[in-house]
Amino acid sequence: MSTHVLSLLVEDKPGLLTRVAGLFARRGFNIDSLAVGKTEVPGLSRITVVVDVDKLPLEQVTKQLNKLVNVVKIVELEPEQSVQREHLLIKVKVDNATRSQILEAATLFRARVVDVTTDALVIEVTGDSPKCQALLKLLEPYGIKEIAQSGLLAIGRGGKSISERVLKGDRA
Amino acid sequence: MTITPRPAPPRTAEPPILTGSGAVLRSLELLGVEDVFGIPGGAIIPFYDELMQQSAIRHILVRHEQGGGHAAEGYAAATGRVGVCLATSGPGATNLVTAIADAYMDSVPMVAITGQVFSHLIGTDAFQEADITGIVMPITKHTFQVTRPEDVPGAIKAAFHIASTGRPGPVLVDITKDAQADSAPFVWPEKLDLPGYRPVTKAHGKQITAAAQLLSESQRPLLYVGGGVIRAKASAELRDFAESTGAPVVTTLMARGAFPDSHPQHLGMPGMHGAVPAVLAFQECDLIIALGARFDDRVTGKVAEFAPGAKVIHVDVDPAEISKIRTADVPIVGDVRDVLSDLSIAFQELATDQRPDLTDWWERLQGLQERFPLGFTEPTDGKLSPQHVIQRIGEITGPEAIYAAGVGQHQMWAAQFIKYERPNAWLNSGGAGTMGYGVPAAMGAKVAEPDRVVWAIDGDGCFQMTNQELATCTLNDIPIKVAIINNSSLGMVRQWQSLFYEGRHSFTDLETGSDAKMIPDFVKLGDAYGCLSIRVTKPEEVDPAIKLALETNDRPVVIDFIVSKDSMVWPMVPQGVSNSFVEYAKDHSPVWEEE
Repeated sequence: MSTHVLSLLVEDKPGLLTRVAGLFARRGFNIDSLAVGKTEVPGLSRITVVVDVDKLPLEQVTKQLNKLVNVVKIVELEPEQSVQREHLLIKVKVDNATRSQILEAATLFRARVVDVTTDALVIEVTGDSPKCQALLKLLEPYGIKEIAQSGLLAIGRGGKSISERVLKGDRA
Repeated sequence: MTITPRPAPPRTAEPPILTGSGAVLRSLELLGVEDVFGIPGGAIIPFYDELMQQSAIRHILVRHEQGGGHAAEGYAAATGRVGVCLATSGPGATNLVTAIADAYMDSVPMVAITGQVFSHLIGTDAFQEADITGIVMPITKHTFQVTRPEDVPGAIKAAFHIASTGRPGPVLVDITKDAQADSAPFVWPEKLDLPGYRPVTKAHGKQITAAAQLLSESQRPLLYVGGGVIRAKASAELRDFAESTGAPVVTTLMARGAFPDSHPQHLGMPGMHGAVPAVLAFQECDLIIALGARFDDRVTGKVAEFAPGAKVIHVDVDPAEISKIRTADVPIVGDVRDVLSDLSIAFQELATDQRPDLTDWWERLQGLQERFPLGFTEPTDGKLSPQHVIQRIGEITGPEAIYAAGVGQHQMWAAQFIKYERPNAWLNSGGAGTMGYGVPAAMGAKVAEPDRVVWAIDGDGCFQMTNQELATCTLNDIPIKVAIINNSSLGMVRQWQSLFYEGRHSFTDLETGSDAKMIPDFVKLGDAYGCLSIRVTKPEEVDPAIKLALETNDRPVVIDFIVSKDSMVWPMVPQGVSNSFVEYAKDHSPVWEEE
């Protein structure tokens, strides 16, 4: 198994997310993460899905997704040709002895402290998956009380846009 | 979900103001719909109120929504036109689910229109509320939920477009009661806004050339014809192509009639109960040209050992079918009718100098045909032979009729022993295997094709699932003919129990036969529905009964043929093994040729 990042351009219709998620479930494909948001084009949303499948089933995934009427376009984003980011909020236990060490770690990871209380810090970090996981691992011994993690976001490098051909009057 | 039609260009005349119900009717009319099957209920009363005030569309009042759904399927399968069924919200809509699933599996163009509770009640567990668009999401091509009357024309037009183009399939349009009752200007959208729906129909030239090249090099090609050829109306093109290549043809359960059974290049049906030459042709061919077929497990047997020596050219309008089960060497996405035309031309250009010599291949196949013709053994219990009954129905009625089957042994015998010469003559539930499909599908077909004789070849189990539609048939002058192949049991399950479960016939006895309790008595049941009903128990009564049925056209006919419960469907490839282990009859496998 290996992970693949798919970027889906979809029509912003009610039930769309159910269609996409349901398809993964009934065809037996695993979703590692999912992120949904609006795009620069009104009426179109973008779903970034990380799937854990081999190459051949991946082809089935994309073909089946393409059959959904509201899915306009699907692109696989290779790590080398794209920027991929995760966003993580970590609530970590602190006391007077550990506070400075944790702040130092945060600085090293270019993470930001967004909430401070006497017994906890909330740290915000953005980066690729390995970086976020590394910080999490570093903070683990201090006692992580809570984390909130976004799905992976990804965008292709260079001047091209995923919605380009869709906008060129390609609509039925 | 909702659809928002794009604003139509300004017109000179003001658009008429219609209720949502009126808009549904006007839309159906503009789409050329003539017949619909349905049954009203609380959440669709506004629509039915307007339906009775018009005459352009014939509504046939069914007795159960599942019957309406299968009737729409039969209508579509007999003609290629979109079948339409209607139901109310909640249980009305859920009763359609089986028929919708069936249409999805067999790529039947169908539009289901359901009433829904008032839009302000959605999500409150209101009376007769069911999330039908959510329920059918995995078994439809698409669904729409309409909550405003102005959205009706766009949704209906899009639904028909999606149902009938690309790989056909069912689409459901759910319309709230307020959207049916409220009024809005009726604007018929000129264009559909479906940016994510663009079926590929014209194949890539490079792939056509590659396919023609493979074909011109093949010594043992095989045309594997699936139901897609019928849906694409490509029978004429298939025949031209087959004749120009000289390749043998097999037609799957869904494709019976796509290629004439009488044609010398036809090897018959492949699969679990296929003809031996058709089954073994796969195992021995060096090239499969799959045309609108999807390598179903009932055709391939054990996939790892299926057609071990064959390269594959796979033609399908649905890209997701290609390489789903068996990797294609040459994938061709396109409408099989256009692809066959292109392929014929490309092949003829390539093969002008030297034609592949198929003599050895044909010699081998003809040898198999001679040694393993379709046949059956007469039962020894004094009951009728089901195969003989079905064969005689086909022979006496002829190829212009329509034959709809239920699911089970009688379905397989009807696929084997009736000779199909034209597409759309054979209707059955292939993918889903829905018992009860037969009678309502025959009813739908008869509505679509009133001048054709329509037989439902049904089993005693299947018949008990949907026979209520005989009331619909009698009252609406839809004189179908039902042949109940009554072996007093769930025959196919019984056959498996006999073969693979050491004869433990667990709950497969239905007690409908003449030496059983005969509950129900099908002749009395048919009488109660106003049908001409007779029972046939002796071989010499078979032909006269069939002839009487053919002469009776003022009401439906029910014939209760009392057949042996020991008759089995042969040949058979047991589940999960290679096609090479096909058994011609019990414990009798063809011997592999020494190469």
